[in-house]
Amino acid sequence: MTMAIDILSWVLLTAGGVFVFIGGLGALRMPNLYTRMHAASLTDTMGAVLVIGGIMLQAGLTLATLKLAAILLFLLITSPTASNALASAAILSGLQPEEGKVERRKRQE
Amino acid sequence: MIVLFGIFLLALMVISALAIVRSENLFSAVILTSIFSLLMAANFFLLDAADVALTEAAIGAGISTVLFLGALALTGEHERGGSKNRLLALGVVTITTLIVIYATFDKPRLGDPDAPVHQHVGPWYLEKTPELIDIPNAVTAVLASFRGYDTLGEVFVVFTAGIGVLFLLSARTTRRTEDLQANHETHQGLRHYLVPRVVGRMLIPFIFLFGLYVQFHGDYGPGGGFQAGAIVAASVILYALLEGEAQALRALPMRVLKGLVAGGALLYGAVGVAGMLLGGNFLDYSVLASDPITGQHIGIILIELGVGITVTGVLLCVFHAFAARGKV
Repeated sequence: MTMAIDILSWVLLTAGGVFVFIGGLGALRMPNLYTRMHAASLTDTMGAVLVIGGIMLQAGLTLATLKLAAILLFLLITSPTASNALASAAILSGLQPEEGKVERRKRQE
Repeated sequence: MIVLFGIFLLALMVISALAIVRSENLFSAVILTSIFSLLMAANFFLLDAADVALTEAAIGAGISTVLFLGALALTGEHERGGSKNRLLALGVVTITTLIVIYATFDKPRLGDPDAPVHQHVGPWYLEKTPELIDIPNAVTAVLASFRGYDTLGEVFVVFTAGIGVLFLLSARTTRRTEDLQANHETHQGLRHYLVPRVVGRMLIPFIFLFGLYVQFHGDYGPGGGFQAGAIVAASVILYALLEGEAQALRALPMRVLKGLVAGGALLYGAVGVAGMLLGGNFLDYSVLASDPITGQHIGIILIELGVGITVTGVLLCVFHAFAARGKV
């Protein structure tokens, strides 16, 4: 049983780490603000859920798990809000999202 | 493992410090300063200084970022051209760095039991706290009771700093409230940002509640007046950012805030005088109740409340002083 929980939490932590890594990579490599934000938001949604889930499995049924759940809840509420505020601030300050190939072709037709 | 993590955090701090120096956009420098503070808080936590970490996170990463941004709104976003004395500055920094590095050679190893700090009064505090004060958090016992004078001094420093900022920034306080009410239609905070407003409104009560928890749970866990004051002030500042400053001033007028600034420090001093009137020394809480330990508990809760009230008042006064300045 302990073995199974350890393996499960190991899987969750590793998957979370992978998501955080991909998020960081995307934030560095994506071409403009909106796509970079899209990549970075991966870190604090999927990455945070998986990592905190992994830690919760390690903590077991204790007060620590409850605190972690509260942290997770607040993260899930606040970080998308921050992303939304950032994106709308960027739009309001006049930064237009770049057109991709698909939109350009659609407009030309 | 802890050592590895500590080195990782310190390396990140060096990187963000270099980035702060290099960045010419002051806005990103402010955000990097906030990141620096957050890393510092994590570092304090690694060193088992949970109380200090909480303060650093609340004040360094939270409130001071807001104040810096308020100052930036007054000055502009870009750094003006560098000064001519670059070589002099470089020389001063190099010499200071070398002196500090030289000083670390004499520093005892981290956690060394023979270090002077563990030989002096530290063990006595740890040994006597359960007997004399009987609260689990020895940091609060030292801060509020054993070294009550020092903390009183700190509260008066915060008080004086707040008064100083008010003098410097808000020479036109008397006319401000009417001005703000006249401009109410134009300054409505983040009214057009729907999502942050809804979420912020949802979070404010919880932040406030957490502040009260930190305030009154300081005897048992990390926390106390300084941290709680910063957290409560943060919730009111969030309200001001969301609903507009005028609305926040209507909820907590400047009159009340000034009362908080003075009242907290006064409460602290009054507890000390009450001790004297009841036949003890200044700031000796043991005489406040028939049982010395209960007296200590009452005294600590009261003076922590005083600290929290003053810190909240000062931070909010400073925030409003900056915000009002931007509109004049």
